[in-house]
Amino acid sequence: MSQFLSKHNSVRPTRRRFLVGAGVTTAGLAVGYRLVLAASDIAQTTTAKVQANPFQTYVEITKENRIIIYSSQFEMGQGSYFGIATLVMEELDGDWAQVDVVGGYGNTALYGNVAWGGAAQATGGSTSMSSSWERYRKAGAAARALLVAAAAQRWDVPAGEIKVASGVVSHASGMQARYGDLAEAAAGMPVPDDVPLKPRDKWAQIGSDSLKRYDSAGKTNGAQTYTIDLMMEGLQTAVMIHPPKFGAEIESFDATKAKALDGIVDVVQTPRGIAVVGRDTWTALKGRDLVEVTWNEEKAEERGTAEIMAEYNKAADDLGAATARDDGNTPAAFASAEKIIEGHYEFPYLVHASIEPLNAAARINEDGTIDVWGGHQMPDLYQAAAAQVGGTTPDKVRLHVMKTGGSFGRRAVLDADVIIEAVSTARALGRGKPVKVQWTRENDMRGGRYRPAYVHAVKAGLDKKGNVVALHDHIVGQSVLGGSTSAAMIKNGIDPTSVEGATNLPYAIPNLKVELTTTDVNIPVLWWRSVGSTHTAYAVETLIDELAAAANRDPVDFRLSMLGHHPRHAAVLKVAAEKAGWDKPLPEGRFRGVALHESLSTYVADVVEITLNDENGFKVDRVVCAVDCGTAINPDQIRAQMEGGIGFGLGAILQEELTLKGGVVDQENYDTYTPLRIEQMPRVEVHIVPSEEPPTGVGEPGVPPIGPAVANALRAATGKTIRKLPIIKNMSGMTP
Amino acid sequence: MVAFTLNGEARTLDVDPEMPLLWAVRDVIGLTGTKFGCGLAQCGACTVHVNGMPTRSCQTAVGDIEGASITTIEGVSGKIGETVQAVWAEFDVPQCGYCQSGQIMSAVALLTETPKPTDDDIDSAMSGNLCRCATYHRIRAAIHETANRLET
Ligand code: FES
Ligand code: FES
Repeated sequence: MSQFLSKHNSVRPTRRRFLVGAGVTTAGLAVGYRLVLAASDIAQTTTAKVQANPFQTYVEITKENRIIIYSSQFEMGQGSYFGIATLVMEELDGDWAQVDVVGGYGNTALYGNVAWGGAAQATGGSTSMSSSWERYRKAGAAARALLVAAAAQRWDVPAGEIKVASGVVSHASGMQARYGDLAEAAAGMPVPDDVPLKPRDKWAQIGSDSLKRYDSAGKTNGAQTYTIDLMMEGLQTAVMIHPPKFGAEIESFDATKAKALDGIVDVVQTPRGIAVVGRDTWTALKGRDLVEVTWNEEKAEERGTAEIMAEYNKAADDLGAATARDDGNTPAAFASAEKIIEGHYEFPYLVHASIEPLNAAARINEDGTIDVWGGHQMPDLYQAAAAQVGGTTPDKVRLHVMKTGGSFGRRAVLDADVIIEAVSTARALGRGKPVKVQWTRENDMRGGRYRPAYVHAVKAGLDKKGNVVALHDHIVGQSVLGGSTSAAMIKNGIDPTSVEGATNLPYAIPNLKVELTTTDVNIPVLWWRSVGSTHTAYAVETLIDELAAAANRDPVDFRLSMLGHHPRHAAVLKVAAEKAGWDKPLPEGRFRGVALHESLSTYVADVVEITLNDENGFKVDRVVCAVDCGTAINPDQIRAQMEGGIGFGLGAILQEELTLKGGVVDQENYDTYTPLRIEQMPRVEVHIVPSEEPPTGVGEPGVPPIGPAVANALRAATGKTIRKLPIIKNMSGMTP
Repeated sequence: MVAFTLNGEARTLDVDPEMPLLWAVRDVIGLTGTKFGCGLAQCGACTVHVNGMPTRSCQTAVGDIEGASITTIEGVSGKIGETVQAVWAEFDVPQCGYCQSGQIMSAVALLTETPKPTDDDIDSAMSGNLCRCATYHRIRAAIHETANRLET
């Protein structure tokens, strides 16, 4: 989802260097860097901003001996805080018991996502480690250097004789000090122009298999708080009434009965619906039932998914509106192909469905400033949006970056939906009156921002020798970026998030064409964990498997024969196959499938084993996953993200589907929209391919390969590829 | 007025008797470890123990808990509960952590009833607890490990 930064692409750094900045704060030593971009206008605005903002640092050491790390990256469960803290701690040599990580914001020069050019702060595209890799290690190293310099001066010994370990600075003479004792003095030391980083062979934290997350305990005893748990003086809870169809608007509403209910504070119209404000959640919910709304549905989307998919299937057989890749001459290659495989794939709308439903809290203060609490996955944008709705300027908006109970992309929403609701409700209530807007599960599921539905019309041809000579994929569906502030990223009719995973196919296929037809449907869509690869990987990897079968070739060998120029793809595939015992026979009734996919510069291969059961059903028993994400920072978290990505992706392809009839969403809750449950979770083994390449992400890339791997195992069992998802609903009649 | 025991302490609540225990515990009493996920007994995030039984507090009315003994995640104690929590952290089970209060309440109830659960026992006891981060693999491993540690 880097693409929304497109309008800033012009400031991609052509030359980078880090300037250290350190200073005394009321708290102690604060160390920040600013990334000097080639675009000098950004560099010039940096200093003023740094001074104005309290979150001016990456690392702060307080007199109380705490190490506070200000994270540019948002924590939604994927472990970004832990990863960033690992980078800092590697260089700083602190004690993990000292560490707190806080979400930083309001300083693009410091917190801009450098993986995307640095011009906006945002989390996504699995870039948290790649964008932090250099600057957070440098920050840790600089803080350490300043502490050492302060100790050297205080003890009058050469800096080179000073040792630092586990949060203690010491000298052979017996002198020692805690970081907190040196913090103030360190802040006055001359700042080094640059600091060397530890060489790889000296790493103790990065790559450590035994290092555990610093924040797990609070997630086992109820102590970890999320936005839903906020408590503060005078806080009210609001629940939302949203339009019944996308595009419908409030004609009028009558809140008389609701307001008569004891405990209902107010009923407020916001730009996105009606907020019913009560003294507690239950009262607000009861009040909500009493509000009568008349909707104007003139501009509402009236289609259901059946009509939408029928239109897509028809459009998929026509010429594509735009061409994303065109190698060789596909029509000519098909004309001379020995064997052709073709068909349509259908992918339904999907919901992020994080267990913490969307929420945010806001307070307009007496002085006109605004506090906003929430899952601020795109802080710059939310600060601006809150300012606009709150009638002030962004510098008057304080963000409180809360950890969230999941996101999977949903907390990075360009229209700042729940933030707008919270700020406009707070504004209606008046100054000094904080309010938390809490969506119910039904709000969340019917609130839009889905993974778009897609149809792929695919065609592939083999020559006499069984080589793939041509592949054509025409993708039809909505654009995630269309109509958003990042629409500028759409070039020549191609939203790259619609075609990623198909256009960068690694296989050597001489004639390859990818077309895209972007549709106009008024159902709000969004990036959903691994974005385009959620559907392209399935289409392409099941097709490749079918081609292997048609060519009478082993699926692993067949792929490897086309991966000559892609050693990292080939390596993960080989590791997964070898660890899974690909060549060993399976017991009766058991089948294997394989899939390989690169997304967001991380390479993942899965081998799955399934067992067929009597009721024409099947169970996924085992998944062997191999991943290459460059340098492994937190190996156990890489495994956790692969395990989680596999479970998340498996639920989706087996049984998740959001449908609409007459413009109304059919599913409201987890009884009808059904994420994976524990009894469906396979055994998972994750193998990390050793690498010294720079780190890439793991939050998303675990998702794409599991679907096609399962489908390929089913094809091995039944001879048929399931081209319409979700699998369970569409596999009836498929007898082995 | 409803009188009950919460985490070992006698409490009374003077609220709408229809108010789900979930909202009473969170909004009125101020213990926020018990989470809201669906309000429909579908996700298990709100799981508490009512007289030792794992119960969805979103579907339990305050009016129905007169005299009952309620334990929330904040009140987990004893050898089983503490071992579960320790192993959970050691295995880095939580990702976002949001579902984990409910997971732990269900796991403690399971291990109390069935000290040496099989995979099937785990699946049926934990099936009502969704984890959107899909930490299931580690939940299973952590339950087995807890059982092993408690045995010795
Ligand atoms: S909130 Fe009670 S089961 Fe989901
Ligand atoms: S840990 Fe995130 S929902 Fe379970």
